[in-house]
Amino acid sequence: MHEILTVLESDARATPERIAALTGIPEDEVRAAIAGWEADGVIRRYKTVVDRDRLGDSRVTAFVDVTVAPERGRGFDDVAERIARFREIRAVHLVSGAQDLRVEVEGASMKEVADFVAQKLSGVDRVTATSTHFLLRRYKDDGQLLIDPEPDHRLSVMP
Amino acid sequence: MTPQKPLSRVVEAMPPSGIRKFFDLAQTMTGVITLGVGEPDFPTPWGVRESAIHALTRGATTYTGNSGLLELRELICADLEARHGLRYRPADECLVTSGVSEGLDLALRALLNPGDEVIVPEPSYVAYQPCVAFAGGVPVPVPADPAQGYRLDAERIAAAVTPRTKAVLFGSPSNPTGAAQSAEDLTALAALAAREDFWLVSDEIYDRLTYTGTHTSTAAVEGAWERTVLLNGFSKSYAMTGWRVGYVCAPEPVAALMHRIHQYTMLCAPHVSQVAAIEALKSADPDVTEMVADYDRRRRLFVKGLDELGLTCPEPGGAFYAFPSIRSSGLSSQDFAEQLLEEQKVAVVPGDVFGPSGEGHVRCSYATALPLLEQALERIGRFLSTRT
Repeated sequence: MHEILTVLESDARATPERIAALTGIPEDEVRAAIAGWEADGVIRRYKTVVDRDRLGDSRVTAFVDVTVAPERGRGFDDVAERIARFREIRAVHLVSGAQDLRVEVEGASMKEVADFVAQKLSGVDRVTATSTHFLLRRYKDDGQLLIDPEPDHRLSVMP
Repeated sequence: MTPQKPLSRVVEAMPPSGIRKFFDLAQTMTGVITLGVGEPDFPTPWGVRESAIHALTRGATTYTGNSGLLELRELICADLEARHGLRYRPADECLVTSGVSEGLDLALRALLNPGDEVIVPEPSYVAYQPCVAFAGGVPVPVPADPAQGYRLDAERIAAAVTPRTKAVLFGSPSNPTGAAQSAEDLTALAALAAREDFWLVSDEIYDRLTYTGTHTSTAAVEGAWERTVLLNGFSKSYAMTGWRVGYVCAPEPVAALMHRIHQYTMLCAPHVSQVAAIEALKSADPDVTEMVADYDRRRRLFVKGLDELGLTCPEPGGAFYAFPSIRSSGLSSQDFAEQLLEEQKVAVVPGDVFGPSGEGHVRCSYATALPLLEQALERIGRFLSTRT
């Protein structure tokens, strides 16, 4: 069954008919499995991986390490949720290491991101410190290499 | 005066590979979707390449011992034991070669005396019969039955056995049919080999690329080990065709003779490729698993697509080939392949290059990206619609 998800993760537009042909799982079972995962929230949404540099998108991304004073009884959950709800925040992860949360911030310009970090993120209750790293170039995203593919050196007919 | 004495009669008598003509034709065209290639479309896993680059910077540019790096032979033997329960001694029953191609040549030269017969089930890989002849033997082709999924039928083989029969040479899973042989059929063949006293030369280069069951190694069936020469390598499973590294495993007396030829001819397999092979065995199994899963998805889609076009084939259990019948088109396999290439720019290999019993079929490799496979099916469909 996870085979269905493997196909969908590499091609979100794959139809149940195509998934059935690729996996050998009957089409109605494919439909039922996908419907079940959608209902359970296993499948959250269907997305497109965009190479923003190639698009010429000038939006700016920063990874921000956030240090948090955890709350008694709730740990990091409360503050993580409060941060996650900001429109500017693309991702929030609790990580091991010197800082606690690693978040991804997106904005129209460097100034916009900087203002967000300075005025909103660092002002969230229990956030004690932030450290911001602006993204300079993406080489691989979501498991997808964004560099040029290697040429196929194979000869066209070989035994 | 130009040289007058005849060149090698054995070699001159050998017709050039039937694939060659096709290759030349395809080379002149652009926009060809090729299903004609006998190698993975994946590049070698990056971790393996990285380790080879590192090895070069550290000076892995020399010869190695004739048998190959001991660490590699130890890993090979441990791998064969873990996957197939086979026991070979790294010291004297395992030899690292420049691909299965060299291993095949060594095995035949070590086994054969002039005039010895080698039974080759057909359709077979294009090099088997020429290599038998180059080694002084006489190839004896025995057609396999497509209706039985090209299984190795010991009864058919038995009918071809003579007092001069020295070996049966076959690949499982097979290039070009994709047929993977069952434990039962291999056991029956091993019993026949014991009864008639001949060797089994087993090319298992596609052993990790199986989809419908697990691979049975010939040497692992009852009574087979002491009369089997096992050929394998890294080209197909690990997408390492260009590195030219493989191995042979056999009982010591045969291994010793193969070693003797190898030390005077090849000396050793490429050092850096041996280092890459070590890394492949140590760390690339997850890459293989991913590639196999990908081939399997393509296999299902492609075989179903061919079937819907009326080009039927027994389900290929391994390798990355489908070998469909093209009889519904009314064309010979040469005409089919040539016209398909010229009109729709899809390259397949005519089945008769794998022996006369391959006539009426073409070999299609599905080691091709999924969107291209789908386009190829469309083009083949258009081609067929103009024929019927």
